[in-house]
Amino acid sequence: MKYVAAKPELCTGCQACMEACAKVLFKATDLEKTAIKVAEKADGTYDINVCNQCGECIDICPVEAIHRNKAGTVMIDKDLCVHCYACAGFCPILAMRYHKDVVGPFKCIACGACTRACPTGAIFMQEAE
Amino acid sequence: MACTNCKTRPVKLHEFSFEPRKLHRGYADRSLYVNLSTNEIKVKPIPEEMKKKFIGGRGYGMKYLWDAVTPDTKWNSPENELIIAQGPIGGITQYPGAGKSYVVTISPLTGLPVDSNVGGYFGPLFKFCGFDALEIQGKAEKDVIIFIDGDNHKVTIEEAPADMDTNSHILAETLTEMYADSEEDKRNVSVVSAGVAAEHTRFGILNFSYYDVRRKKCKLKQAGRGGTGTVLRDKKVKAIVVKKSGIKGDLNDPHDLDTIIKLGIKLHKEIHDNDELQCNMRVHGTTQLVDAMNAHDLLPVNNFQYGEHPEAPRLGKESFEKLFDLGKPDGCWYGCTLACAHALANFEIKTGPYKGQKVFTDGPEYETLAGCGSNCGIFDPIALVETNFYCDTYAIDTISFGTTCAFLMECYERGIINKEITGGLELRFGNWEAQMELLHQMARGEGFGVVAGQGIHRLKKLFVEKYGADKDFLEDIGMEMKGLEFSEYISKESLAQQAGYGTANKGPQHDENWLIFMDMIRNQMPTFEDKAEALHYFPLFRTWFSIVGLCKLPWNDIMPADNHLTDEPAKVPEHVDNYVALFTAVTGQPFSKEEMLRQSERVYNFQKVFNLRMGKGTREYDNPPYRAVGPVTVEEYESRRERYDKQLREKAGVDPEGMTVEEKIQALRKYREEQYQGLLDVVYQRRGWTPNAIPTIEKLEELGIAYPEIVEVVKRFL
Repeated sequence: MKYVAAKPELCTGCQACMEACAKVLFKATDLEKTAIKVAEKADGTYDINVCNQCGECIDICPVEAIHRNKAGTVMIDKDLCVHCYACAGFCPILAMRYHKDVVGPFKCIACGACTRACPTGAIFMQEAE
Repeated sequence: MACTNCKTRPVKLHEFSFEPRKLHRGYADRSLYVNLSTNEIKVKPIPEEMKKKFIGGRGYGMKYLWDAVTPDTKWNSPENELIIAQGPIGGITQYPGAGKSYVVTISPLTGLPVDSNVGGYFGPLFKFCGFDALEIQGKAEKDVIIFIDGDNHKVTIEEAPADMDTNSHILAETLTEMYADSEEDKRNVSVVSAGVAAEHTRFGILNFSYYDVRRKKCKLKQAGRGGTGTVLRDKKVKAIVVKKSGIKGDLNDPHDLDTIIKLGIKLHKEIHDNDELQCNMRVHGTTQLVDAMNAHDLLPVNNFQYGEHPEAPRLGKESFEKLFDLGKPDGCWYGCTLACAHALANFEIKTGPYKGQKVFTDGPEYETLAGCGSNCGIFDPIALVETNFYCDTYAIDTISFGTTCAFLMECYERGIINKEITGGLELRFGNWEAQMELLHQMARGEGFGVVAGQGIHRLKKLFVEKYGADKDFLEDIGMEMKGLEFSEYISKESLAQQAGYGTANKGPQHDENWLIFMDMIRNQMPTFEDKAEALHYFPLFRTWFSIVGLCKLPWNDIMPADNHLTDEPAKVPEHVDNYVALFTAVTGQPFSKEEMLRQSERVYNFQKVFNLRMGKGTREYDNPPYRAVGPVTVEEYESRRERYDKQLREKAGVDPEGMTVEEKIQALRKYREEQYQGLLDVVYQRRGWTPNAIPTIEKLEELGIAYPEIVEVVKRFL
């Protein structure tokens, strides 16, 4: 299973990852429509928040709309989803997203686009069991 | 015997097509009317005035019922209607607790309009077919199934196969299988049904099903109070089935979906973070109340004589944590992460027609554990699961059954009734086998079970008139008001709860006024004025849930971590703010906390006038049996002597020294009954009612419901 891992100390806050993510997920430039979020903290360093593919949301979904695909990535089946957002409130790291113009929750699909866009190596794809 | 005709769809008797209608701002603005006597089926537009004044849910139910009946209408009159209504917020998938339906009808127990709320998928699925309410009037000649097909926009009345099992745990599965196109489609089907005991008793329930996609089983939620299932079976309705596919989060076409999603996620997170530290509903459900009530001397034991028992924790959360099939979503509508509807898998039945079978069954709630358990002196959790299973599938209200059974057990123990009268049943406290046999008799329609199934109000009369029982004593220990059995809380030390029960429109059910927890456990209303204000505010606040389509549990069974620091923790102010925002977000109407109460007050007063119209509703009907107020017997007094002596000395100004127990009971009774009447005076005044509990014309005008037919009713009492 691959997931986006982070070394926040290398992050410069350039948001290239978010731009790449919005483009892949929604062909958009709106940085609210991203599965990865970079936010500046009070001390000037950055917080990088993105799904670690832990899968806790799979069990919370009332309609079995969330599953792990063959590659191990946690995916949402939009046809089955009833937009309850239980997954969003129950995500241990709050990495499930919503946007007023997007129908239903969305999340990181471990495509790696953000890691390729990152100029400093602050995010990278990592293998995990 | 297996049903031979249950694989194919039943014969259609009548068919009706309706125009599809998408909801707008939470409303369809029309209802579906079915008359089983004439086979008329029609779509009725809902007038703007009705929408403005009655909002939805219980409000719509009460309005339709008022229009359908006369003061002479009985529960089994053909014109009595069974209304199932949702509300404008009902069906949203984002905010926990938004799947409720409200059932309104003339109750076989009280003769009054009763409202009973219920979860399960029927309400939302039916609403998304394009209707705000379902009205069923008249009676069919033989058993029928009403099928509402929201995908093909058709309503059909179909003949129920003669050998189709009526009991709900089987019928819900049979019909879900029958009307779903595939396994995936089963989530889109919901069945409303009542089992066989609803045909022989006055406290039959309605079971609303929902399909659990993980367990691949139907679960059931109950409209429990007041005999709504008895009315369904009297109309010869075997089941009402709805089917609607394509459920999504925006079907209400809300004004501001973004706000709804944000509020929903906020509450999901609050439940995620706090539930385990607060009520732990996601693991224990309402069973945790057994432990809490027992610890505070509030758990009914042996017909409400006592409030705690050393064995009671056996019925509590630790037992059920081990028994429940946990780890799967247990909400009764999409998005309810409070998820209190727990079930048991592979439960082996020990008695009755399903003896030896292993069943999937919903777990008992607090009220069942207290009513059928501790209140009957039964403390075996496994036994209570079976009692609950049979009550549900036979369609028996576990509250009325438990309270009635407890009353009969006390009558038996005191020699008021005996084996001859009970047909051999040894109805002693603790005798679970006798309790089960009583239940099976209700299902078979035979023996003392049918007599018991008439409820305490009628049993008291029978025991006095036929068996020479002491009328005054039975009035003191028979825990019913207006004809409805008490729900399961010892209110002796909570004046607020006494009046909460006493003034409740439908009879002594806690949903209108569940004050005991905040009064006795959280100590949130210490003064007399606090109590009077609570008895104004909470019935109105709580009524609001029933008119908009919400469940009350996510209001205060989960709280923000800093709730205790707010000005009014009992109200859970942040959640009230959520509800105000939700109403606007769905309907687009400006809204406030004041308008919330105003909406409720209108419906509440309307229902009050409805009670007056049907012959009850004056002050005398708000007087509880004394056992709800204080100790009736010497044993009860002696069991808490220190407490009662202290109250005599410090509150009543009576020195208990040298008095006999009987004298002390009388002195305490005088004091407590005066307190109760004093509180009623203040509460009525606060509500804008006369001392005889009559809403004044001015009050009705202020609420905008001084319609001529309402004023006419009220005038007779002024």
